[in-house]
Amino acid sequence: MSRREILHRPAHPAAIRVMHWIGVYAMGCMIFSGWEIYNASPSLPFLFPAWTGLGGWLGGALAWHLSAMWLLFADGIAYLAYGFASGHFRRDLQPPRPAEVLHDLEAALRFRLKVHMGHYNAVQRVLYIGVIVAIILQAMTGLAIWKPVQFGWLTGLLFGYPIARGIHLGTMFAIVGFVLVHVLMVAIHPRTLRSMIVAVPSESEESR
Amino acid sequence: MSNQRIKPAVTMAEIRPELTRLRRRGLLRSALSLGALTLLTGCDLSTHSGVDAALEAMLRFDDRVQAALFSRQRLAPTYPASAITRPFRFNAYYAEWQVRLVPDNWALHVGGRVAARRPWTLPALAALPQQGQITRHICIEGWSQIGQWSGVPLGTFLRRVGADLSARYVAFKCFDGYSTSIDMASALQPQTILALDFEAKPLAPQWGAPLRLRIPTKLGFKSAKNLEAIEVTNKYPGGYWEDQGYDWFAGV
Repeated sequence: MSRREILHRPAHPAAIRVMHWIGVYAMGCMIFSGWEIYNASPSLPFLFPAWTGLGGWLGGALAWHLSAMWLLFADGIAYLAYGFASGHFRRDLQPPRPAEVLHDLEAALRFRLKVHMGHYNAVQRVLYIGVIVAIILQAMTGLAIWKPVQFGWLTGLLFGYPIARGIHLGTMFAIVGFVLVHVLMVAIHPRTLRSMIVAVPSESEESR
Repeated sequence: MSNQRIKPAVTMAEIRPELTRLRRRGLLRSALSLGALTLLTGCDLSTHSGVDAALEAMLRFDDRVQAALFSRQRLAPTYPASAITRPFRFNAYYAEWQVRLVPDNWALHVGGRVAARRPWTLPALAALPQQGQITRHICIEGWSQIGQWSGVPLGTFLRRVGADLSARYVAFKCFDGYSTSIDMASALQPQTILALDFEAKPLAPQWGAPLRLRIPTKLGFKSAKNLEAIEVTNKYPGGYWEDQGYDWFAGV
């Protein structure tokens, strides 16, 4: 690939943009129906506000949860296949070295970290790799508590039904935490929102 | 003057907008109360019938996936007696103070695609081979608890009454107004039992006296208490919760 082609590559290829927004919809359905399911038998001393729930009642929430899971699964598999096949993971999501993360985190907290669209800094890479791992863990714990007998080996690997259910809840909080940070960063750098909707040229790291 | 007296106080043209507005408000009101009614009866999957149909289609798809994942040879994990949850949580579609006592002259009725339709008394059931289990009862709400049941394997019972084992469904009717149904493959899984005992004692009324289904490969609402009739059928029987929108297969 020539230097010129690299510069003209969009910040986010069309496939990534489409899969991102399908993922947002599917994950939104999973989180809000999940809150309604949680409310049927809360394992922590609080309830999610009733208006945030999706489904109207436990049966409706489960119908949403057990429907949207297929969309999330298909989207996730497509993303992983694309990520490996296209070189997106190798090129853009290399796990950063701890020193890089510390450096970029310090810069980010001082509001001095530059954003180059199409290139991820170390903090972004940690967060994006983290949320991909969290969603995979969420699918595994979800499968473990949906089918603790038929997939007993998986439920056993995750320390049994009650603990797997606890991990499923905890991982939801991690994903929601990621979403809050992610949306905050987009609010600070609004032009990145445009780059996830339409083709925007990626910026070279030297240009800014 | 007389002309003025017969003139109506208001003309149709004047009140038409108000009538239209009232009629609209009436429709809206009935729509709201319909929504409230479906919510109260628990029938509401969502407020849009198109979304409802899509969700129901997905639940049918999930049922087919679950049936394909199910293996009659795969057993639910069993636990030592020390793992039994105490106190054991009561759960039904009604409160514990509404528990029904066993009717006089109780017998288990058998119907549908079976050779022998005579009713079964409790001593007759107790005379059949018994099997115990300590398994996890998982509620659709998410909580779970480990309990101990023993009774007649449903497969043994179905063979004894000459049931058509190629039929699709086994349906259960209860004298407390509850009902449910399961697929034949799950009915023949060796841990699916007609339980007579809970914690090595005859079932107390709140645990489903005198006879209940115990099926550790399905969610708790399938383990129907207070049985009074079993039917083997090819016609989809549904059930109390299934008719309201819980997924029918409900396997774990």
